[in-house]
Amino acid sequence: MAAFLDALFLQAGYNAALVAIGAALLGFAAGTAGTFLFLRKRALVSDAVAHATLPGVGIAFLVMVAIGGEGRSLAGLLLGSALSAFAGLWLVEWIARATRLSEDAAIGAVLSVFFGLGVVLLTVIQTLDRGRQAGLEDFLLGSTAGMLLQDAMIIAGGGAAVVAVIWALRRPMTLVAFDPGYAAATGIDTRRIDLAMMGLVMAVTVIGLKLVGLILIVALLIIPSVTARFWTDRVERVLWTAGLLGAAAGYVGAALSASAPDLPTGPIIVLIAAGLFALSLLFAPARGVLAAILSRRRFQARVHRRQGLLALTRAEPIHDPLTIRILRREGLIRPDGVPTDEGRALAAKIARDERRWDIARQVHQDTSLTGRYDGLTPIEEVFAPDEIADFDARLGPPQPVGG
Amino acid sequence: MTAETLTLAATDGTATAAGLDPSSPLAVRGLTVSYGEKPALFSVDATFPAGAMSAIVGPNGAGKSTFLKAALGLIPAVSGEVRIFGAPLSAARDRIAYVPQRASIDWDFPTTVIDVVLMGRYRKLGLFRRVSRSERAAALEALDRVGMEAFADRQIGQLSGGQQQRVFLARALAQEAELYLLDEPFAGVDAATEKAIIDVLKSLKAQGKSVIAVHHDLSTVADYFDHVFFVNVRAMGEGPVDRAFTPGALAQTYGGRLAATHLDQLTLAGG
Repeated sequence: MAAFLDALFLQAGYNAALVAIGAALLGFAAGTAGTFLFLRKRALVSDAVAHATLPGVGIAFLVMVAIGGEGRSLAGLLLGSALSAFAGLWLVEWIARATRLSEDAAIGAVLSVFFGLGVVLLTVIQTLDRGRQAGLEDFLLGSTAGMLLQDAMIIAGGGAAVVAVIWALRRPMTLVAFDPGYAAATGIDTRRIDLAMMGLVMAVTVIGLKLVGLILIVALLIIPSVTARFWTDRVERVLWTAGLLGAAAGYVGAALSASAPDLPTGPIIVLIAAGLFALSLLFAPARGVLAAILSRRRFQARVHRRQGLLALTRAEPIHDPLTIRILRREGLIRPDGVPTDEGRALAAKIARDERRWDIARQVHQDTSLTGRYDGLTPIEEVFAPDEIADFDARLGPPQPVGG
Repeated sequence: MTAETLTLAATDGTATAAGLDPSSPLAVRGLTVSYGEKPALFSVDATFPAGAMSAIVGPNGAGKSTFLKAALGLIPAVSGEVRIFGAPLSAARDRIAYVPQRASIDWDFPTTVIDVVLMGRYRKLGLFRRVSRSERAAALEALDRVGMEAFADRQIGQLSGGQQQRVFLARALAQEAELYLLDEPFAGVDAATEKAIIDVLKSLKAQGKSVIAVHHDLSTVADYFDHVFFVNVRAMGEGPVDRAFTPGALAQTYGGRLAATHLDQLTLAGG
């Protein structure tokens, strides 16, 4: 525990601190790049890209050994993984374009074939004398152990560069994700924006290989953005919230891993991200599970309130205890069941809106909208003034409300 | 040589001689678009008048939307020439605003009404400039013109179909363009929205802007539009509504697909 706290507050040595900062930057880059992947509905492509890195790692190692190097240079291994990730991505696009196979089939094929090839290469490398100490298996699940200062710099610098490019391209990428046809009409080259998006995802994958590992980097790309989506309805806020969530998961995960070197880093980071996701799923306002339960309860109360008020307009007695309790609580009826002035006024308004809603349902054969009618949401919140005027025109002259 | 300036000889060998009218907001010549081997549009010529409201009319599958998309460069043309105010498309982007069909939008997308309208300002903002207060004011004014100012902070999925259409029109207004291209703006909207949209379009015309809309409701062509362009894979005729919107032109464009009883209810030129 003490070791974890030391790492968390950057007290576990210069190297560990730099790794934690690098992980935070990587998480921020992954969360933001993943947001556009998620909004463009291309999350699975990143899985293919990630798995396609593995043969590149193996081949880069073999090449570096063959030309007399040590074979462990992170920069060299990342370059190899980037090249094979690009080959995998290109293959997915080509299969989807040139054959009748759909993109998901192409992703499945490329993902498994590249990963299989990578595992074979890694197994061969393990049998080599020098391969045994190379630590290439760390690229599967990630590790902070044995990370050099220089490695941490690559991760931090790469993450920062990705974030800078995303900031610059956030508007065209938003437009292309939301409405590609309109984006193209305003002169945006949608194909190039999509390429830039995939390029950023590839960069995050490659930079994150050593720390998070190729199997789980997809989780770090996708989980932060779907988590952020629970909290806001605006793209820019989803984007930066996802970045912060990714950064938090990366930072805490790297710190934990530094204090317990036997644990692979990737799974820890992903579990922290998943924990944040679970919290959001439960507690987010408006979109969370708890909010859904509460709004069901509120809905129940509204239905009873409306029925009660409609009964008042018809001067019918109310027997349902829940309805009486709700109307009493809001001071709409007196203890003896007689409506107060306020209750009478509200009942009259509800009766009029009821007739407007009848018209609205005829005009809009639109269940998603008229389905939101619960008798309490003022009609002014759902329809524009001119639409309501149109309903009133169809209603005919106002009728006197009987007391 | 870019795609939009590519010119092939017209099939009848006559039309390519003269230049396209530079005062026209949208003029095309020999436009051919093909998804497979069967062309969706074949050697279409059209010249739309400036400062007027024009309808593109034709049966389902006649290539009306394809015509707009090809004119905007959204789908590649096999051949043909497109001029916007006499200029190639790439030089005229700032002068065009486009309202696409609503069908392809993900309504759960995390964006609010005001954010959608601000997208109309992105081109002017470029990559780095901040969304200033005046940008926001321009977006709100565009929303006000379509009667949706009170809905600025709603997530777009919470709107009705007609309201969504108004928001997309507001986004086009925010572009402050000179040519407005609309793809079936009245499809699936309520009567109040149709009126709101047509009022906005008429006010655009009053400001001297040009409006071109794909339109499917023949009964309102004469009320709403000044100019009509008939298309059914090939250009079937064009001209001012009071002269060109005739039973003969409709019969030619729609073939046998238009019931005679339907024709009786239309306001037709010379009928």
